[in-house]
Amino acid sequence: MTTTLTASKEQSCQTLLASGHTACTGCGEALAAKLVLGAAGSNVIVTDATGCLEVFTTRFPQSSWEVPFIHSLFENSAAVASGIEAALKSLGRQNEAKVIAQGGDGGTADIGLQALSGMLERGHDILYVCYDNEAYMNTGVQRSGLTPFDCMTTTSPYGEFSWGNKHNKKDMPGIAAAHNIPYVATASVSFPKDIENKVKKALSITGPKYLQIHSPCPLGWRSNPQLTITVARLAVQTGLYPIFEMENGKITKVRKVSTPKTPVEEYLKIQGRFAHLFKSPDGNEEIRKIQEIADRNIEKYGLA
Amino acid sequence: MSTTFIEGSIAVAKTVGVCRPHVISAYPITPQTHIVEHLSELVANGELKTEYVNVESEHSAASVVLGASATGARTYTATTSQGFLLMIEVLYNIAGMRLPVVMTCVNRAVSAPINIWNDQQDSLTARDSGWIQLYAEDNQEASDMHLQAFKIAENKDVMLPVMICMDGFVLTHSFEPIELILQEEADKFLPPFKPQYYLTPKNPLTFGAMVGPDGYMETRYFIEKTMRTSLQVIGDVAADFHNQFGRFQGGLIDTYKVEDASLVLVAMGSVIGTLKDVVDELRAKGQKIGILKVRSYRPFPKDEIYRALNHVKEIAVLEKAISLGYGGILVNEIKSVFYGKPKTPKINGFILGLGGRDITVDTIHHVIKDTVKATFEEKFVGLNEALIGGK
Repeated sequence: MTTTLTASKEQSCQTLLASGHTACTGCGEALAAKLVLGAAGSNVIVTDATGCLEVFTTRFPQSSWEVPFIHSLFENSAAVASGIEAALKSLGRQNEAKVIAQGGDGGTADIGLQALSGMLERGHDILYVCYDNEAYMNTGVQRSGLTPFDCMTTTSPYGEFSWGNKHNKKDMPGIAAAHNIPYVATASVSFPKDIENKVKKALSITGPKYLQIHSPCPLGWRSNPQLTITVARLAVQTGLYPIFEMENGKITKVRKVSTPKTPVEEYLKIQGRFAHLFKSPDGNEEIRKIQEIADRNIEKYGLA
Repeated sequence: MSTTFIEGSIAVAKTVGVCRPHVISAYPITPQTHIVEHLSELVANGELKTEYVNVESEHSAASVVLGASATGARTYTATTSQGFLLMIEVLYNIAGMRLPVVMTCVNRAVSAPINIWNDQQDSLTARDSGWIQLYAEDNQEASDMHLQAFKIAENKDVMLPVMICMDGFVLTHSFEPIELILQEEADKFLPPFKPQYYLTPKNPLTFGAMVGPDGYMETRYFIEKTMRTSLQVIGDVAADFHNQFGRFQGGLIDTYKVEDASLVLVAMGSVIGTLKDVVDELRAKGQKIGILKVRSYRPFPKDEIYRALNHVKEIAVLEKAISLGYGGILVNEIKSVFYGKPKTPKINGFILGLGGRDITVDTIHHVIKDTVKATFEEKFVGLNEALIGGK
């Protein structure tokens, strides 16, 4: 079952991330970044943390970015963006461009969390976009704070004493929302129109905004590159990746899960990073725990 | 110009203010605080129109000025010691991106053990970062250097960040009569910042691309080449400053009674003041002694130092930092100036004043006597024998 995406007529397909970059086949992050830029338009200045996106788009002397772009370090994308926004204001150029900061899950929720917290707390007029592929993919699929429970990575391997990642995924949108910012949203690369709407809405709001986009990594997830959209959509349909919008601290919109409910096995079994759960009957108990996570999400965010 | 009896930190803040920075970002750390406090007061009172960004760490302070500078803004930050070390990752990045940020490094010892007092270990730790480093002797020089720093950094043939190093407490918290630079004087000296490249949708450039083995080395080559060019620019800017303000505290170096000296004391920063008192006292007794102040530590002015010292028989290098496992840092760079030259003077190194240990007139007398008497690589001066289990 392969889900394909077709651009709807009303969808703006402006391409500001040029093709020819070196992302892997089926890369969810490349697609998500292209969709974000397409929705934002050309009057932007973007920053990016160190990671796959920066590496596959800016191999000197080439660049895929058709908008002004700056990459500095791993943990400071939000702080660099803060400086850009402050400079535009100070120079009287604030109408020249919107500022978008980008990072992967590690650069956002782990090493870059402090700088992001500062950016959100200070009220900068910036949209922060986290491309969440749930591990440190650029360095070879190591566990991050956004790696899901029981997921196998190179630093949370499956073994006699391990089912993979011991911890639950950090509630990064909740942490962002705790800064009392006007707009927090999650999205999935499998719903491109939704990404476009959320980016446009976020950019129409003054102040700090946080958008987290679930972006499969076929290499790290050991999934078929042809199934990137299918995998991402199943994460939403099972309730494992809740899609919602939060305005001024209140959830205003959610994407409902499928009816009847899709069991989490459907999502897990097509990814090598969860294959160990299906190797022996003992795995059933772990799958049950993951189903509980999905059920809790469905209840917490009202996804049913 | 107006002479005011004022604290060093306040004088520096006022000078930074008349440089019209567009964005200032800083995180508080002793003894840098009075500088950034006064700058935020200037902003609060409407005397300074700038975006002052209060950040959650020095890493972000440096990152904010990096982003702002890349957008075409004139930027400033200040820190010291642990904050400086936290910034170092970003400092390399700022230099690599050729962004003309100006910062003050208030010199303080580095932990552990934690110590808030003055030495110069912090800034010397970043000597290889691609920042121009200038060391101030007194508060007039510290204040004046900041105006010069922006002019050096933003010179189109330089485009490198500049760090003004001033001794913590000894300078930052001491009061001296200072000739403050007025706004119209600063505007006459320092033209508006007009970078050739900056982040704008009008010309969408990529900053901070990934450069592999095929291009990285050339970035280092160009910074090193520019460091050589900046030797000239630093001297020229000091001369311009002298022309307009009538004050000259040295260009790359400064010398004091060196011309006929047989023994010369070499140092950086506020200790120069104490050295001058001692030299005056010994000169009155007929000793041929002088001082060489290293004002520009990076770029390191090898030729100027050689020209100033090539007639000298004995050199004592006094420094408030150490490369643990090697020894004195400045002393070895001074020695390298004479490598391959026809005559090499005696060069003795002295580590002193670490963690705020007092450097008194007596300390300096001791250094001079030691240098006349013996030859050695380097020595700690002023150690507490009781603490090291000495005789």
